[in-house]
Amino acid sequence: MLKYTIRRLLGALLSLFIIVSVIFVLLRFMPMEGFLGAGYEKMSEDTVQSLLAEKGLLDPIPVQLFHFYKNLFQGDLGTSWVYRAGYPISKILASKIPVSLRLGLLSQALAIAVGIPLGALMAHARGKIWDKLGTGFIVLVEALPAAIYHLFLQLYGTSLLSLPLVFSKSNPVSLLLPVISVSLGSIAGYALWMRRYMLDNMNMDYVKLAQAKGVSGRDIMMKHVFRNAFVPMAQFLPGSILTTIIGSIYVEHLYSIPGTGGLLIDVIQRQDNAMVQVLVLLYSAIGIAGMFLGDFFMGLLDPRIQLVKGENNR
Amino acid sequence: MRTGWKWNFLCRKIEALEENMKNGLEMEKNGGPQRDVPELTREQIEAIPQQLFTPASFNEEEAEKISYSNYSYWASTLKNFWKNKAAAVLIVALALLIAFTVIQPYLPGQRPATLINNDPDTGMHLRNLPPDGEYWFGTNDIGQDLWARIWAGTRTSLFIGVVVALSDLIAGMILGLVWGYVRKVDRLFTEAYNIISNIPQTLILILVSYILRPSLSTIIISMCMVGWLAMARFVRNQVIFVRDRDFNLASRCLGTSTFKIICRNLIPQMVSVVSLQTVLAIPGAMGDEVFLTYIGLGLPVAIPSLGNLVNDGRVLMMSPQLRYQLIFPAAVIGFITIAFYVIGNAFADASDPKNHV
Repeated sequence: MLKYTIRRLLGALLSLFIIVSVIFVLLRFMPMEGFLGAGYEKMSEDTVQSLLAEKGLLDPIPVQLFHFYKNLFQGDLGTSWVYRAGYPISKILASKIPVSLRLGLLSQALAIAVGIPLGALMAHARGKIWDKLGTGFIVLVEALPAAIYHLFLQLYGTSLLSLPLVFSKSNPVSLLLPVISVSLGSIAGYALWMRRYMLDNMNMDYVKLAQAKGVSGRDIMMKHVFRNAFVPMAQFLPGSILTTIIGSIYVEHLYSIPGTGGLLIDVIQRQDNAMVQVLVLLYSAIGIAGMFLGDFFMGLLDPRIQLVKGENNR
Repeated sequence: MRTGWKWNFLCRKIEALEENMKNGLEMEKNGGPQRDVPELTREQIEAIPQQLFTPASFNEEEAEKISYSNYSYWASTLKNFWKNKAAAVLIVALALLIAFTVIQPYLPGQRPATLINNDPDTGMHLRNLPPDGEYWFGTNDIGQDLWARIWAGTRTSLFIGVVVALSDLIAGMILGLVWGYVRKVDRLFTEAYNIISNIPQTLILILVSYILRPSLSTIIISMCMVGWLAMARFVRNQVIFVRDRDFNLASRCLGTSTFKIICRNLIPQMVSVVSLQTVLAIPGAMGDEVFLTYIGLGLPVAIPSLGNLVNDGRVLMMSPQLRYQLIFPAAVIGFITIAFYVIGNAFADASDPKNHV
C-alpha cells in the first residue's frame, strides 16, 4: 500500500510539474505590457523595460521557470502583481479560502443529506410520483444554465421569504440562500447517479436470490442494494468536497461573498501571472488529490476493490 | 427504461406465483380440481362435424423457406422514440420554435433587433416600455424592441450551439477512435488529456481573443478547443469497451481493414452515447455563452445573444416593473435547453440496441 501511494504521489507531482510549466509558458505569450497593470501607456520606454527587468520578465523563459520552482520549493508562493500589487499570495488565499470552504462544506453536507436519499427514494418508487417529481427537478437543474436558476432563486428567495440579499459575516441566516444555491447542482448530480446505480443493482442476480430466500424488501434495499450502489458514488465524493475550495463564481458574485469564486478568472483577465500560476497549481493539485482520495475511499468501503495487485490475495 | 421494466416484471411474477400457490392449497381443501367445462363424452366428440378440421400436409416450398427478421435499427429507434410522449411533444415544439426563429426577420411588421425606437411625436427614445400590443415583449433601456432582440439572440445562440456541437462531434469522434483503437498512442493521449483538461478554459479563451478580436468566431473557436476533450474521452472508453469483443476479433481474423472495422463495427455501437453527447453539447454551449457573458468575456454588446439579454436583464432585476427584461430571455433559453436535454435523453434511450425488442 505504501509503495502504491508513493508511486501515485510521484505520478501526481510529474503531472503537476507539466501542467504548471505549460501554463507558465502559455502566459508568456500574452502581451507584456499587460503585466504592469493600468497606466502602462503613460510610462516611458525605459520605465517599462526596467519594471519588466525587475520582475525578471526579460530573462529567457527557462530561467524564469527555474526561479519560479526554486521559490516554490522554499515555500514562497510569490507576491501578486496586479490583483493586489506587492501583497503575498499566501495571505490573499488565507483570507479567501476559509470563506468559500465554509460555504462549500455546508452545501456539500446539504447535498449529500438530500441528494443521496432522494436518488434512493426515486429508484425505490420507480415510475411513481416521487420518481417523476425527482426527474423533473434533475432535468431542470441539469438543463438550465446555472446563471438562470441562481438568479431566480435570489430574486424570489429574497422577495418572497424576505431573506437578506447580501451575505454578512455576523448574520448566519444570510448564508441560507447561497448554501441552497450552491447545493442544487450537487443534489441533482447525486440523485441522478444514485438512482442509476441503485437500479443497476436491483437487476442483479443477488437481489433475485435474496428475494427467493424471502429476505424482506426493506432489508434487500438497505443492506444490499444501497450499499453496493453507494460504492461508485464514493469515488467522486472526496473530489467534490475538496473542489469547494475553488468556490462558486455565480453565487459568490450574486451575494457578495468574499470567497475564491471567480478569483482565477479575475486574475487571468487582469494578467496577474504570479497568481494565475499559483492558483492553477493549487486547483490541479486539488483535482488530483480528489481522484486519489476517491479511489482510496472506494477501496475502504468495498473490500473487493484492491488498489494494489497481489496484496491480501485470498 | 429497461431496468425498471425487468424489476416490475419480476415483482409481478413473484406475486403471480404466490397467487397460484394460494389457489392450489384451496383446491386441495375442497377436494380435487374443479373444471368449469364438463368433460365430453365419446358420443359428443364423434358428433363434432369433420369439416371444421383440415389436415396439415407436407409442403416442400414452405419447408425450404428461411425466415428472416424484418428488424431495422433506425425504424426501431424511431418507433421507440415516438413512444416517449414528453420528448415527442418537445421535439415538435422545438422544431416549430427553431423554424420561427429562422423565418422571423422575413415576417411582415418586424423591427430590426438593433434599431433604437423613437417616439414619432417627441423624438424621445421609447425606453423600458412594458409589454403591450405594439412591442410584444416591451423595449429595453435604450428603446430596442425586446421581441426582435430575443429572436435575434436565439439565432445567435443556436448558431453557436450547433457549430460547437458539430465540431465536438467530428473532432471528438476522430480523435477518440484513434485514441481508443490504436494501443500505442493510448498512454500519450491520456497524459495529454490530463494536462489539457487541467488548463482553465478562461485562459484558453483569453489567449484566443488576443489572437482574434472578441467576436462570434472567437467564442466559437475557444469553445471548440475545449469541447472535443470530453467527447474524445467518451468515445475512447466506448471503443475500449467493444474493441476486443469476439465479433471484432473474428472480423480481424477474416482480414477486414482497421478502417472498415471502425466504420462498420464500432461506430454503430456508439450511436446512442455519441448522439446524447452531441445533442447535449448544444444547450451546454448556450449555457457557456451565458457564463462567458457573465464574466465579461462574451460577445460584444452590439450582437444580440441570449447571454447578452440575460445579462442586461440581470442588471435590472431588482425593480419589479422591469423584471420582464430578464424573464422573457430566461424563459426562451430555459425552454430550449430543457427541450434539448429531454430529447437527447429520449433519443439515447431509443437508439440503444439493448432497448429494442
